[in-house]
Amino acid sequence: MHLEYFRLIDRILEFDPVGRTIQAEAIVPTQSTIFEGHFPGHPLMPGVLLLETMAQTSGWMIIGLTGFTRMPFLAAFKEAKLRSFVTPGQSLIARAELLHEGSGFTVTKAEIKVEGKRVCNAEITFRVVAFPTPAFRASMQEVAAAIAFPMETLSHG
Amino acid sequence: MASTFDTVVNIITETCDIPRDTIKPESHAINDLGIDSLDFLDIAFAIDKTFGIKMPLEQWTQEVNEGKATTEQYFVLQNLCTRIDELVAAKRAA
Repeated sequence: MHLEYFRLIDRILEFDPVGRTIQAEAIVPTQSTIFEGHFPGHPLMPGVLLLETMAQTSGWMIIGLTGFTRMPFLAAFKEAKLRSFVTPGQSLIARAELLHEGSGFTVTKAEIKVEGKRVCNAEITFRVVAFPTPAFRASMQEVAAAIAFPMETLSHG
Repeated sequence: MASTFDTVVNIITETCDIPRDTIKPESHAINDLGIDSLDFLDIAFAIDKTFGIKMPLEQWTQEVNEGKATTEQYFVLQNLCTRIDELVAAKRAA
């Protein structure tokens, strides 16, 4: 996780365009200025960043399902539950599945597990639009390469 | 069996904080009921799921933006219900 850059996914572990699911890994850094405030002497991964991690995991799935032609923008969380504390150094496995692909919007269900135990989950709605600019799309493709998004799966989708 | 209108009213009342008795067939979802775009996504999700269709919201929006259609054609509830019935019929015929 690169918290200061808001890049919360380290690696895509699996993307299934047929089953419409994705799984990603994210390791909470041991050091971050965020932990100086959240909280002094008792560092905890902020819940909003766990929500964002689930959103980014879902987002990569949506980008993959559209063949990198459309960009999801977060619109709503429903039934978001933060079930356990997450601390620096922990390894997160985030998983998302597609619930509904509407016209211009997509709904996903996502969760994060630590050592097999679910620590948070939510239903997430995204507005899905064409990439605003080619440069934006190119930058997302660069990030995709950096997090090992399996581009070879797209042609089979 | 509930009519399309009754089903849509149920969805709107469950999704938005709008009293049932204010929702009429001639109500405009946006102008009269004050449903914003985010709430309309929830409503669209529920309509898609309930009727097993995919409302072409992007196409409708484009038609309105290009002046080829009015918002009344899609967002006055009795018209919306007609569109839903058409989509359901088209799906059954496919």
